[in-house]
Amino acid sequence: MTSPTLTPTRIGDPVDRVDGVAKVTGQARYAAEQPADRLLYGWVVSSSIAKGRIVAIHDEDARAISGVVEVMTHVNRPQLPRFDHSYKDALCVPGSPFRALYDERILFNAQPIAVVLADSLEVARYAASLIEVDYERETHNTDFTVALADRFVPQDKRSGFEAPKNRGDAQSAYGAARCKIAADFHLPTHYHNPMELHATTVVWEGDGRITVYDKTQGPQNVQGYLSAVFGFSPEHVRVKNPYVGGAFGSGLRPQYQVYLATLAAKMLERSVRVVLTRQQMFSHVHRPEAVQSVALATDPSGRLQAIINDAATSTSRFEDYMETVCDWGLMNYACENASAEYTIARVDTYTSGDMRAPGAATGMTLFELAVDEMAYAANIDPLEFRLINYSDKNAMDDTPFTSKALREAYAQGAAKFGWSRRTPAPRSMKDGRELVGLGLATGMWDALFRQMAVHARLLPNGDLEVATAGSDIGTGTYTVMAQVAADTLGLPIEKVTATLGDSSLPESPAEGGSSMAASVGAAVQVACRAVAEKLLVAADQIEGQPLGGARLEDVTLAHGRIALKSDPARSISFGDAMSAAGLETIEVEDTPASRSGSSGQSRKSRNTHSAIFAEVKVDEELGVVRVTRIVIAVAAARIINPKTARSQILGGVVMGIGMALHEEALTDHRIGRCMNRNLGEYHIPAHADIRDIEVIFVDEPDPEVTPLGVKGVGEIGIVGTAAAVINAIFHATGKRVRSLPVTLDKLLDS
Amino acid sequence: MNRFSYVRAAGVPEAVHEGSAKHVRFLAGGTNLIDLMKENVERPERLVDINRLPLNKIEDLEGGGLRLGALVTNADTAYDPRVDRRYPLLASAILAGASPQLRNAATNGGNLNQRTRCYYFYDPATACNKRDPGSGCGAIGGVNRIHAILGASDQCIATHPSDMCVALAALDAEVRVTGPDGDRVIPLTEYHRLPGDEPWRDNYLRPGELVTAIDLPAEDFTSHYTYLKLRDRLSYAFALVSVAVVMRLDGDLIREARIALGGVAHKPWRSPVAESGLAGERASRANFIAAAHALTEGAVGQGDNDFKIELARRAIVRALEQAAAGTPQSQTDKRVL
Ligand SMILES: Cc1cc2nc3c(=O)[nH]c(=O)nc-3n(C[C@H](O)[C@H](O)[C@H](O)COP(=O)(O)OP(=O)(O)OC[C@H]3O[C@@H](n4cnc5c(N)ncnc54)[C@H](O)[C@@H]3O)c2cc1C
Ligand code: SF4
Repeated sequence: MTSPTLTPTRIGDPVDRVDGVAKVTGQARYAAEQPADRLLYGWVVSSSIAKGRIVAIHDEDARAISGVVEVMTHVNRPQLPRFDHSYKDALCVPGSPFRALYDERILFNAQPIAVVLADSLEVARYAASLIEVDYERETHNTDFTVALADRFVPQDKRSGFEAPKNRGDAQSAYGAARCKIAADFHLPTHYHNPMELHATTVVWEGDGRITVYDKTQGPQNVQGYLSAVFGFSPEHVRVKNPYVGGAFGSGLRPQYQVYLATLAAKMLERSVRVVLTRQQMFSHVHRPEAVQSVALATDPSGRLQAIINDAATSTSRFEDYMETVCDWGLMNYACENASAEYTIARVDTYTSGDMRAPGAATGMTLFELAVDEMAYAANIDPLEFRLINYSDKNAMDDTPFTSKALREAYAQGAAKFGWSRRTPAPRSMKDGRELVGLGLATGMWDALFRQMAVHARLLPNGDLEVATAGSDIGTGTYTVMAQVAADTLGLPIEKVTATLGDSSLPESPAEGGSSMAASVGAAVQVACRAVAEKLLVAADQIEGQPLGGARLEDVTLAHGRIALKSDPARSISFGDAMSAAGLETIEVEDTPASRSGSSGQSRKSRNTHSAIFAEVKVDEELGVVRVTRIVIAVAAARIINPKTARSQILGGVVMGIGMALHEEALTDHRIGRCMNRNLGEYHIPAHADIRDIEVIFVDEPDPEVTPLGVKGVGEIGIVGTAAAVINAIFHATGKRVRSLPVTLDKLLDS
Repeated sequence: MNRFSYVRAAGVPEAVHEGSAKHVRFLAGGTNLIDLMKENVERPERLVDINRLPLNKIEDLEGGGLRLGALVTNADTAYDPRVDRRYPLLASAILAGASPQLRNAATNGGNLNQRTRCYYFYDPATACNKRDPGSGCGAIGGVNRIHAILGASDQCIATHPSDMCVALAALDAEVRVTGPDGDRVIPLTEYHRLPGDEPWRDNYLRPGELVTAIDLPAEDFTSHYTYLKLRDRLSYAFALVSVAVVMRLDGDLIREARIALGGVAHKPWRSPVAESGLAGERASRANFIAAAHALTEGAVGQGDNDFKIELARRAIVRALEQAAAGTPQSQTDKRVL
């Protein structure tokens, strides 16, 4: 029944998450929690060497344990395809995708080499501990600084990857300039570590079909991958991920647990669950290690004369992962001479991959550290410096932006933060024993839009369902879908049910790149508009045509009724319209027009921007850093839901603070193994590390960027934040730390 | 995790009896032991659950001291009004450690007997003399940011990770144990040992011996004390360096000062030379610096942790300043005073 007391939910309302109650009450079932009959538990055994061959796996003791059903290794595994193309998922990068248990070769430390399958998790785990492995070791290298000697530009590039575009003559301009800086910056490897461990439950349906509950950001990508690898026809593989406990990119490509669980299910023709341990979460995808060499030069007025921005990132021996690292600085700043070279270098680890704002979190952050150094060398206030070199267009591609309210972001952020009270000299501000530093950085990210389909179904009582195969990785996609649907049909959000996370639903790309809100929002709107059109056609069936053949633009939809704009008293209910036409439901599946299809679109740049201001207090003697305040002003066009959007920015900022001060995989290169493989020792911010964070959404109307005028905010919060913090640390201490994270030892004066 | 049998001890004698067998571990809060079992580092064949033993009280001692039962949780100890009032250093050190959830489960006996956080010790795929005698020490020449600068051996460079024990060392607490050969009292400062040639032995507890209580002597260190902990984030991380100080002052003359260092050795680290050097001297920065050097005498870095030597010295000076000024470090306001 339509409830007239409930007001329609609108785009822009700060509504609560529609899945919030299910999540906090434990009703939301994640991949490792899905029940299945006669379920087998798989425990993954990981290699203890980084490179070489397995000579023998001694699994007799494990097999002797009652409850152990199988120990699956490269020796006894079911047959697998021979050629790489079968293993290439929709988001793969050039190379030869990793195939677990394929042969005896070890390509990286903690590589999965066996799976113990047992009736209970405890038995599987115990039996796994009894397995002994003989190896033949080969020389490995996990040290990126060593690998850099062989850095290279791969022939074959990741799809969509474009090399940075040079302009002018940066080398000569740099050489000729008097005011200049040059420095190398280093970012260590980061592991995604979402709260939810990577997990899969494969339900063996017994009729040739499998249902796979997987922790993934793209159920259809996993469906395609499993079909190709294991020879299922795609209709026989249904992949579901209704709830995902964070991912940050670790679930973009199919992860090895889904492969192992499916392999075991096929081998034993039973349902199988594989859950990785937290330690094993440090054995797969990660943000690549990076080094960025930046050289900048200005004229005496502070105008940039040269930008040289070279970077290298790590990849595995078997795949060439690349990300856009160098472009950000070249796009963001006006400067006639700019060059960049991007290379990758191989180490004996798993392939690196996308992690929250891939490329930008690294490349923009490290560049913004250099910009601060340049501003100081030119003796110009860092904010002023950025305004002097502000570019209204994309300075690398020479294209206009659909919108860029970065200037407003600087202004509003600076005002809120109190930038004007900053005294420029390092070590010039103090609070008791603490040095105070105020720092600034710029953030930039893509405003992506991906075509996807949404199915909408309206009932006469106003109940509305909207569904697509996409995922909510904790960002609020369910809520955004329901909210846009409610807005389009003038319903309260309680009347809308959003369904996601099922490969059998309408086609949707993997959730990533902050594209979901803009993309799913547009698709929901198109589908719901089509529903409204059908409602109007139905309304015309009513005797006497009370709406007089009105079109969509002539009516308002609210409270389950259609009313004429010109005469609101003339209205009819959805139910009456539908019954007049003899309709029990109205169902539509629709896809918005592709963005590049419309004229001139490809010649514009679409980006979000941000200005981040950080205040730090540093104990002068002990190097203890406290980030006491962050103000981040974000220009991301239209905000669908300020509440979920703010949460995304907060999460990004917290991650950025961790990037500045804490996160670092510590690898023992002698054995090629990450040693701090748990969240007790792999540090991310604790509550005490996070103080005030203020988020401002700058007004930035942009009807052009995407159909809803929405840009997406999932990643922009992390881009540049670490630079703001580290620039503040310089202002406080006078120390330039160029290797992240800035731990207290790096601030101890000798 | 291996298979094990489990028994819940009904009384102390039964616990000691059960505990005397081979491959047995006492189970208290389980916050350390269970983790290590899951990692296959600890592989007991039998767990003796001591949680029902009557060792869960805090009692006044004749003469003004306080007895902390081995099974009192870290949280209950820190928030006990008597501890808070008479031994604020101890409350502060406990609250500097772990997280509220962990402190609610962790016991005083377990805290004393918790094992090192050395990365290699936790990872059975690597060499570790403490976990697997004779296999070598992975941390030497490896990743050793959190390792010892004092009292290490060429067999092991691990640290004892406790915060609580650092305060107990400064307070000259005593550990009461009972075992197959009866009861003994071990000064806290002699409870833990240095790794030497037997790094698998963390302390001098004998097989079957159970910690029953920790006794705090009756001394008034409520005005001049501090617990200063420095770590890689502001909370929920083990100490890179921590300093517990108690002091008795006469004007600005130091009558007695005790300094214990944490995070730097296989045991809480004290130095009679450093402490006697301060006695009778003025509470001045110069004297504090001298004490810091005396206390870190012989410190050697292992590479990643070289910085700890200088950090420890500065932390000692700061902690002495805090204690002398009567402005102990807060564990909630993360600004270092
Ligand atoms: C993530 C994390 C962070 C932490 N951070 C800190 C920190 O910052 N600072 C800090 O000090 N600690 C920290 N801890 C450690 C924590 O304090 C210890 O795990 C806890 O004190 C152990 O107590 P328990 O009762 O749980 O011991 P259990 O785990 O039950 O036992 C630990 C060991 O002590 C033995 N044992 C227990 N009781 C007795 C007894 N009465 N007699 C003889 N032997 C006994 C057990 O057999 C076992 O070998 C942290 C722990 C974790 C997991
Ligand atoms: S320092 Fe001690 S605990 Fe760590 S690896 Fe070496 S022997 Fe093992």
